[in-house]
Amino acid sequence: MSAIILFLAVIAVITGWWLSQQRLTAKPWLEEGSAGDFPGGDAMTWPAAKIGLGVFLAVAGSLFVLFISAYSMRMNAVDWRALPVPRLLWINTGVLVVSSVALQWSSVAARRHDADGVMAGLLTGGVSAVLFLAGQLLAWQQLNAAGYFVASNPANSFFYLLTAVHGLHLTGGLVALGRTSAKVWRSAEIADTRLSVELCAIYWHFLLLVWLVLLGLLTGWTDDFVNICRQLLS
Amino acid sequence: MVDIPYEGIANIPPAEAPDVELYHPRSWWTRYVFSQDAKVIAIQYALTASAIGLVALVLSWLMRLQLGFPGTFSFIDPNQYLQLITMHGMIMVIYLLTALFLGGFGNYLIPLMVGARDMVFPYVNMLSYWVYLLAVLVLASTFFVPGGPTGAGWTLYPPQAILSGTPGQEWGIILMMSSLILFIIGFTMGGLNYVVTVLQARARGMTLMRLPLTVWGIFTATVMALLAFPALFVASVMLLLDRLLGTSFFMPSLVEMGTLSKYGGGSPLLFQHLFWFFGHPEVYIVALPAFGIVSDLISTHARKNIFGYRMMVWAIVAIGALSFLVWAHHMYVSGMFPQFGYFFATTTLIIAIPTAIKVYNWVLTLWRGDIHLRVPMLFALGFIITFVNGGLTGLFLGNVVVDVPLSDTMFVVAHFHMVMGVAPIMVVLGAIYHWYPKVTGRMLNDVLGKFHFWVTFLGAYLIFFPMHYLGLLGVPRRYFELGEAAFIPPSAHSLNAFISVVALTVGFSQMVFLFNLAWSLFKGEASGGNPWRATTLEWQTPETPPGHGNWGKELPVVYRWAYDYSVPGAEEDFIPQNQPPRATQAVQGAVS
Repeated sequence: MSAIILFLAVIAVITGWWLSQQRLTAKPWLEEGSAGDFPGGDAMTWPAAKIGLGVFLAVAGSLFVLFISAYSMRMNAVDWRALPVPRLLWINTGVLVVSSVALQWSSVAARRHDADGVMAGLLTGGVSAVLFLAGQLLAWQQLNAAGYFVASNPANSFFYLLTAVHGLHLTGGLVALGRTSAKVWRSAEIADTRLSVELCAIYWHFLLLVWLVLLGLLTGWTDDFVNICRQLLS
Repeated sequence: MVDIPYEGIANIPPAEAPDVELYHPRSWWTRYVFSQDAKVIAIQYALTASAIGLVALVLSWLMRLQLGFPGTFSFIDPNQYLQLITMHGMIMVIYLLTALFLGGFGNYLIPLMVGARDMVFPYVNMLSYWVYLLAVLVLASTFFVPGGPTGAGWTLYPPQAILSGTPGQEWGIILMMSSLILFIIGFTMGGLNYVVTVLQARARGMTLMRLPLTVWGIFTATVMALLAFPALFVASVMLLLDRLLGTSFFMPSLVEMGTLSKYGGGSPLLFQHLFWFFGHPEVYIVALPAFGIVSDLISTHARKNIFGYRMMVWAIVAIGALSFLVWAHHMYVSGMFPQFGYFFATTTLIIAIPTAIKVYNWVLTLWRGDIHLRVPMLFALGFIITFVNGGLTGLFLGNVVVDVPLSDTMFVVAHFHMVMGVAPIMVVLGAIYHWYPKVTGRMLNDVLGKFHFWVTFLGAYLIFFPMHYLGLLGVPRRYFELGEAAFIPPSAHSLNAFISVVALTVGFSQMVFLFNLAWSLFKGEASGGNPWRATTLEWQTPETPPGHGNWGKELPVVYRWAYDYSVPGAEEDFIPQNQPPRATQAVQGAVS
């Protein structure tokens, strides 16, 4: 459970930093008066959707970290046999990076009011995300064909489970991406869609980060890394 | 008032946030059924939660019939008894209390109390309710599937939860897991709304330190729930896979019905860690909204500002943070590494400090207050007493050496029913009596209300106090029958019968409350907009019940904190949060 405790510590630091800006030491019973007499503590000025996405990423992050916690606890059992990671995953990772970069490009284009750039970025991002998902399914098929079934070893079970949860989150993202593209297609005004494009890009970067962490875990690199850290500390 | 230096005017938020287009319903269906108005969603949440809660209440009657009069009722067999305890626990903790406090009160009160027109994502908010309803229906459907609902106990511990021999192994457990997964998805949609609305949609002048404690409680509980429910989600998904696909996340190798099962190597302890990583914050997810609401009830009905507001806020935040570090105190006897127990015993005792601060502050708020013993106040007082009682036995159970002999006895049952059953329900009932006039425009009947309170309050003590004694005797929980055991004297059996009679009486007396709710809706005395003469924004709406968009043309502007009761020199004994300073100052000038 140390992974989730670490994650929550990060959340606590962020929350604590934010709360420290909110004048929690104010004495509200003495502070009668209109807004602005007492600086600090006003409602956030960011758009609701952006804050909402931020909170959702914390929730999704918590979910993935809990899966990782379970993984790290279960992998110490004697019956754990790590499975060979299919090479295809490296290609998939590349495709996901392309997807993330394309959406970032789209977001930058939206800031510059470049409608064609936005659309091109969204399309490239969407298509490569679909390619990534197809690649993941292909990797499943390869493993299955090689005899690594979901229930034959906990390492296999976790592989299928983690990739599936990540894939489902990406699928949900594709729905949002589809809606954003439709909005861009219909509306002439880029300013209306800038926020949606930006949020898609943020979500994609988050999923890329999650995927890189998961990949590190599945290939065993994280394990080596933790061991090196332990040796350095002791 | 006190002089405050006016130093420049920095960081003034715009008078009106860029008006987010308010959704306007076009037909009866979108107004009352598929509504995106938080107030309608709140009522839908509350009614659904109460309905499934009543089912769980009936389940508890059946359990009490069996425990009080073993062998009398042939229609309850040991398997059914296990199903009863499982469904009763799961429904009450998650589908009733969590949904009612956050989905019900959260939806109704957050936008009104912070001065917003609605939740920030109304469509997602609507979806949240419908997914919750689906979760409830899936849960209720387990009563009708072959094999019935699961009897694994509300904690659903593997390996027994999914092995044959446990009732509901065929369908019950699968549907239970699916229902939990749905509930969590639905809750996450709602929870995003509650958090972002508090962060982003507060009225002008509503700083965090001017928020009523109700909002602080619900807000913090929601943040906790958003971070803790994923643990239950992970546990449910993995247990579901163990059951359906034969994976071995949690399942050790074992012999099932005489044959070696397909499972091997899994860790049941891992499930317990995940479950309680959610399960302990869950206690405070229910308790923090109750803390917040009770603070507001006490302040309003004692006509006095809440004592130590800042400390109350800090205590809420501290409890929220600490509650993530105590989970393994539910696992002292689980076989985990024993020295962990001492760490978790320490954190458990530390969390008693902010909780005790809150209790002191409630009592000090009452001290020399102008106490009006109206029904909401009675329930609030009932809560304080019950919570202290339940909390004290929590100190017993939080210590490893005391917990070990008391584990899995009726003492534990008595403890958690006091602290997390009776206490929050007291607040729910008090809050309903308090806010019913705002929701309907009519008062609940006072005589019936007082009768309801005294029967419920005294009855709860008659039920759960003797249970502590049974627990100390060593009477185990979750047993269908006690049978002939040397350490259980005959008096324990008659005590059990006594508890059952009281439990049925208290249960039926809740019908008086239901009658009151229905009768007052049509015949209750008209309440006006602010019957309790309260300061918070929800009582200052132009219409009662509040109309679509809550505030008429202009959003309210907040000038003061939520607890200006009995301010010396003020004309009235309360000053609403949206009353500008000049008006009061003029009055004060005239008085002095």
